[in-house]
Amino acid sequence: MVESADLPPASDGASGISRTVLDGADITRALTRITHEILERNRGSADVVLLGIPTRGVHLANRIAERMTEVEGNPVSAGALDVTMYRDDLRMRPARSLEHTDIPDDVDDKIVVLVDDVLYSGRTIRAALDALNDLGRPRAVQLAVLVDRGHREVPLRADFVGKNLPTSLSEKVKVRLAETDDVDAVTIVGGAA
Amino acid sequence: MKHLLSTGDVTRDEATLILDTADELLAVAQRPIKKLPTLRGRTVVNLFFEDSTRTRISFEAAAKRLSADVINFSAKGSSVSKGESLKDTALTLQAMGADAVVIRHHASGAPYRLAHAEWSYGAVINAGDGSHEHPTQALLDAFTMRRHLGDLDGKRITIVGDVLHSRVARSNALLLHTLGAHVTLVAPPTLLPVGVDTWPVSTSYDLDAEVEKADAVMMLRVQRERMNASYFPSAREYSRRYGLDQARMNRMPVHAIVMHPGPMNRGMEISADVADSGRSVIVEQVTNGVAVRMAVLYLLLGGEQ
Repeated sequence: MVESADLPPASDGASGISRTVLDGADITRALTRITHEILERNRGSADVVLLGIPTRGVHLANRIAERMTEVEGNPVSAGALDVTMYRDDLRMRPARSLEHTDIPDDVDDKIVVLVDDVLYSGRTIRAALDALNDLGRPRAVQLAVLVDRGHREVPLRADFVGKNLPTSLSEKVKVRLAETDDVDAVTIVGGAA
Repeated sequence: MKHLLSTGDVTRDEATLILDTADELLAVAQRPIKKLPTLRGRTVVNLFFEDSTRTRISFEAAAKRLSADVINFSAKGSSVSKGESLKDTALTLQAMGADAVVIRHHASGAPYRLAHAEWSYGAVINAGDGSHEHPTQALLDAFTMRRHLGDLDGKRITIVGDVLHSRVARSNALLLHTLGAHVTLVAPPTLLPVGVDTWPVSTSYDLDAEVEKADAVMMLRVQRERMNASYFPSAREYSRRYGLDQARMNRMPVHAIVMHPGPMNRGMEISADVADSGRSVIVEQVTNGVAVRMAVLYLLLGGEQ
């Protein structure tokens, strides 16, 4: 089984206990709905800039951009925003390598939609807001996530959610996407069985 | 990696990590706010026992773009004996709470002494020591080559000039070998160091033959203060045999680039029209230097200490 790069291997304690909560078709439907919700809220894609958080957020942003292009008929591109240099836990681990940042368009006065796979503590998104602050001044910033698993540590919420997934802290949510992991699936691993 | 003292200590994976990180950090210079908050609250001391313009400014810009506090310490004119002064200075820096010391010293090995004597606890970055090494220069050179030539594995790099006194040549030879490139040193026999046969390079006295095979040609500065030391008969003869002029440049492969660590002696090791030509990446080397030094500072100071 391919492990998510963002999460440690699920070999601790209750190993092997994993259940799939979203399969490929579920993910496709969720992304299609999120696409329409973004378009509805912003009355089209005219000023929308999609920025994915590496690595899986970028794949999701690209998929949403593809769907938007189909629906709207005009090309929508997605970028990537690496937040490593803005994280608040840099000093708790050895220096980590940077991911690619690619801002397709000027963000000034645009509606930036941040895209990530799992919303958990909210600290990554807080870092992303700081990073965005150094790139310009968007008219609005919105947040789209595939899974919201709760346990926020900062006052943030998502605007577009694929699935709300109540979890316990001992569980791990693994998102696998075809681009990096050969298969589309969201699974919950571990926890009290 | 705790210190950066020699490119000989850097593994291929570490070098690639530094260059990949620099690739991302290069984009920061294009942004409206050229600053990252990463090293907020960290102190970087530039400790320069020897004159330098571009290296010191480059390190200063790199540290400031990462939001570190920078203290410039110019030790020029110090009359204290070398060992003592370095120790006392290190103790002072430790008392000030320096997280990293960027040191340039006229004595080879001074950064090594500073890093291993346990006078201070910060990271030590060698910014040039005597005729020994200048690792960040080699990293920025490799970075510049990689941007123009792609992966350096199997590439042919020719380094020309005063290899004997050049810390740039030594650092480059070691790093480029680690990255898989073939390095050829071209110099008059008097300007090749003793023991060069133990370096992972080949040597030649014939620049014309070498330029035709090179993917990159790096010219080294002829240190004018050494011209009277009988290393070569005259400046004119040196320039004719080992200088890069338009005619020689035209014999290089079309994709090959011309490099120089600076400062240049135009008309001596490199002619003005070559230095200003489209194949010269000399100005770009300076730009890349800031990104590479940011990468080194981030990787040494950015994580847990």
